Amino acid sequence: MTDDELIWRIAGGSGDGIASTSQNFAKALMRSGLDVFTHRHYPSRIRGGHTYTEVRAAPEDVTSRGDGYDFLLALGDSFARNPQENAYYGKEEIKPLSENLDDLREGGVIVYDSGLLDADEVPNFEQRAEENDWHVFPIDLRGMAREMGREVMRNTAGVGVTCAIADIPVEAIEELMADAMPEKILEPNVEILNAAYEKVHEEYDLTGIEVSCPEGEHEEEQVLVNGSDGIAYGAFDEGCRFIAGYPMTPWTEVFTIMSKNLPEVGGISEQVEDEIAAAALAIGAAHTGVKAMSGSSGGGFALMSEPLGLAEISETPIVLLEAARAGPSTGMPTKPEQADLEHVLYTSQGDSNRVVFAPADPAEAYDHARRAFQIAYEYQIPSIILYDQKLSGEYRNVPASHFDREPNPDIGKVLTEEEIAEAPHEPGGKFHRFRHEPEDGVSPRSVPGQKGGRFLASGNEHNEAGHISEDPDNRVAQVDRRTRKLEAIREDLNGDGLNVTYGPEDADYGVLAFGSMVGTVEEAVDRLNDDGESVKALSVGELAPYPETEVREFIESVDRVMVVEMNSTAQFRGLTQKQLGEYGPKLSSLLKYNGNPFEPAEVVEGFHNTLAGEEATEHQTTFVPAGGD
Amino acid sequence: MSAFSAIGEQREIEQEEYTPGIEPQPTWCPGCGDFGVLKALKGALPEAGRTPDETLTVTGIGCSGKLNSYFNSYGFHTIHGRALPVARAAKLANPGLEVIAAGGDGDGYGIGGNHFMHTARENHDFTYIVFNNEIFGLTKGQTSPTSPKGHKSKTQPHGSAKEPVRPLSLSLNAGASFVARTAAVNPNQAKELIKEAIEHDGFAHIDFLTQCPTWNKDAKQYVPYIDVNENDDYDFDPTNRDEAAAMMRETEEALHEGEVLTGKFYVDEDRPSYQQEKQQIGEMPEEPLAERYFDDSYEWERSADMFIDDHK
Repeated sequence: MTDDELIWRIAGGSGDGIASTSQNFAKALMRSGLDVFTHRHYPSRIRGGHTYTEVRAAPEDVTSRGDGYDFLLALGDSFARNPQENAYYGKEEIKPLSENLDDLREGGVIVYDSGLLDADEVPNFEQRAEENDWHVFPIDLRGMAREMGREVMRNTAGVGVTCAIADIPVEAIEELMADAMPEKILEPNVEILNAAYEKVHEEYDLTGIEVSCPEGEHEEEQVLVNGSDGIAYGAFDEGCRFIAGYPMTPWTEVFTIMSKNLPEVGGISEQVEDEIAAAALAIGAAHTGVKAMSGSSGGGFALMSEPLGLAEISETPIVLLEAARAGPSTGMPTKPEQADLEHVLYTSQGDSNRVVFAPADPAEAYDHARRAFQIAYEYQIPSIILYDQKLSGEYRNVPASHFDREPNPDIGKVLTEEEIAEAPHEPGGKFHRFRHEPEDGVSPRSVPGQKGGRFLASGNEHNEAGHISEDPDNRVAQVDRRTRKLEAIREDLNGDGLNVTYGPEDADYGVLAFGSMVGTVEEAVDRLNDDGESVKALSVGELAPYPETEVREFIESVDRVMVVEMNSTAQFRGLTQKQLGEYGPKLSSLLKYNGNPFEPAEVVEGFHNTLAGEEATEHQTTFVPAGGD
Repeated sequence: MSAFSAIGEQREIEQEEYTPGIEPQPTWCPGCGDFGVLKALKGALPEAGRTPDETLTVTGIGCSGKLNSYFNSYGFHTIHGRALPVARAAKLANPGLEVIAAGGDGDGYGIGGNHFMHTARENHDFTYIVFNNEIFGLTKGQTSPTSPKGHKSKTQPHGSAKEPVRPLSLSLNAGASFVARTAAVNPNQAKELIKEAIEHDGFAHIDFLTQCPTWNKDAKQYVPYIDVNENDDYDFDPTNRDEAAAMMRETEEALHEGEVLTGKFYVDEDRPSYQQEKQQIGEMPEEPLAERYFDDSYEWERSADMFIDDHK
């Protein structure tokens, strides 16, 4: 595929519109019939600081950022500070150019804004360009934008230049801008787009440049969505109309989408004082009969540990999101990691249970969010969607039809008032909401305001009517019933397609991954098989209850397995071994935790170093690729 | 028939309906002030015309948290300090419910202090009763946020070096639109104030002085109390913020000087409740959100129709 793709990187200063420009560019390519994937890299700063977004486009499915890239559009950082080399953040001004050269492929293109960037400041720039056969275009994008209107339009000028060099019809961009921009700013933007496009054709010789945009065609209409969109729309279609939260990167994105959309349909969004309150509000709304959610990231989710346990013992259905980022504590707020797995699985005191889903891409994010709500409300148990900073912000094209589903506002076993009247009550009038008998562990409930249904929900152990009870028989009956739910959920989820095998069925080696690493692993598996290896992958989409049968069958079907995850303590491999109780010597790990996600080449290299290399032992060789910057 | 036929039901309500017919009997100590809250609440709700099935009591942890175990309504006994956020959401999700939140002084002014401040600030429309006995009871007698300076306990054997929380002033300054103080020793005043708080459209905070005969033996039994609204010596206008603030300060300073001043200290009938504010800006539905889930004829919106076009 690498010969027939374009990987375009736009780099600049945080706050300079890099994300929105790249998103529009990706959308234009998607509309032209290509499959697209975006990868975003940004610092934990508001304005200024090195940021880039990559857009990868190809005629066939793209599931990862790929390895390296072939077109750099380096804009100036209008908020750059610390011009001194030895300043705390380093020399900022030249970073859009200097920080991006390592990954640029041979024969690649560099367009830089000569109005703001001076290539002379980049050590050995000319020499490197020559060695790598890079085609360099210094163009005063800022000057052009100033002349034609406003400086912010230098992004559009850069896109125009890209179109000219990579042979992309400028009309595709124009059409998109017409859809997205108000009349007033549309005209000057279209003007500068075309002017930049013309300028390149007039002033430069473009022969010999092999970087170009491929052509493609979609069989059906596509939409450009990221993981956060997927989760938000999945929740929405499941009838979630209440969200409470506190901003924290990267969970904020889902919170923002819901806050914008819920009021339009009479839903309620609450930004509250902290994450404990946020989860408690979700519990309050769910108790009252509304489909509700909350969420956070690492440290914020830690605060939710207490309400999470309350939801479990009071059997209040809620959905919580955990958008992981590099930790511990504040860690690296804008960098991806999969190190919150154990936190999500085991947080909260006592024998508490929850269901955990781990979507791999935006389409799955939608499906898993729907399933998370269904399970939570059907079984009156908290369910959690564990995703991460990578999935949260990366865009992919998904067939529009994927979202064309029926809504499901079902809130589970809530009795009607007529049914409540028939149900057992205490002599004093309280309804037996927590009955011991149900096979699947789910006792039908009532909600406040229903006649005859009053009961006490409690964080204490309680009897059938909800009254606090320390009676040993009741305790065992209640614990057993709540635990029985997990068995029923296990049955329910079996064969749901949450765990996906990829690659040749009879492969010799296996790769195990979850969440946002799956796409990268799948691409690596393709390459390995193309190179004559025999490899398949299993994407584990449900982490609790763990899909023991499916994972066991997968491991037993191959000689050895490599577990790929973005953390330093091999949490996912640990979980797998704990759940299956064996296979230690058969599993090795590929770990990365430097703040950047795996690229397919690293997985390929890791495969050679672990599975195809030295024989694995109980204490596995953990191959950790060299740290990045 | 509505899925919530208990809400708004107009009928004669017997006080006994709020008493569970069987066990559990309260585990509070003999002479505990918490009995006074229970009694006042049972008296106030029928007078306010609210039935047990349309009432939701949300409590925290501690002796006060057991309130809804001994009270026959819908109840949610939550976690320490977290009654308010649960209550807020319940009221937003179904504004027809009569929501009563309750907790102790450690629960409400300590661990839940942040929630208290924000609930008052937002002026959510429900009643919050804080059982204030100036001690941690259920954990066996430690210093609480309202214990007076110098108070000695097992965890503060040298005496507390902290000024106590001043709940009335705190509440007023945080934005509560109804602030009152009553005491278990005056059940009639307590019942009246709770009834007024229920009828008030906004956040009604009642600091309820409850004696703890087991762990706070030194504490006065909150007698003799004085009702500042009835006693001519205390001339102030509870609708005037400045006068209310001055009166609260005086009251809070006098609490351990032999004078227990109670009554309605502040009321603002003009400030819109949070849900009204939210409706005003289009962030809250006119019809209770909870009802929609029981309405088979409601046409649920789909993301495919609402938002997907923006992604094409």
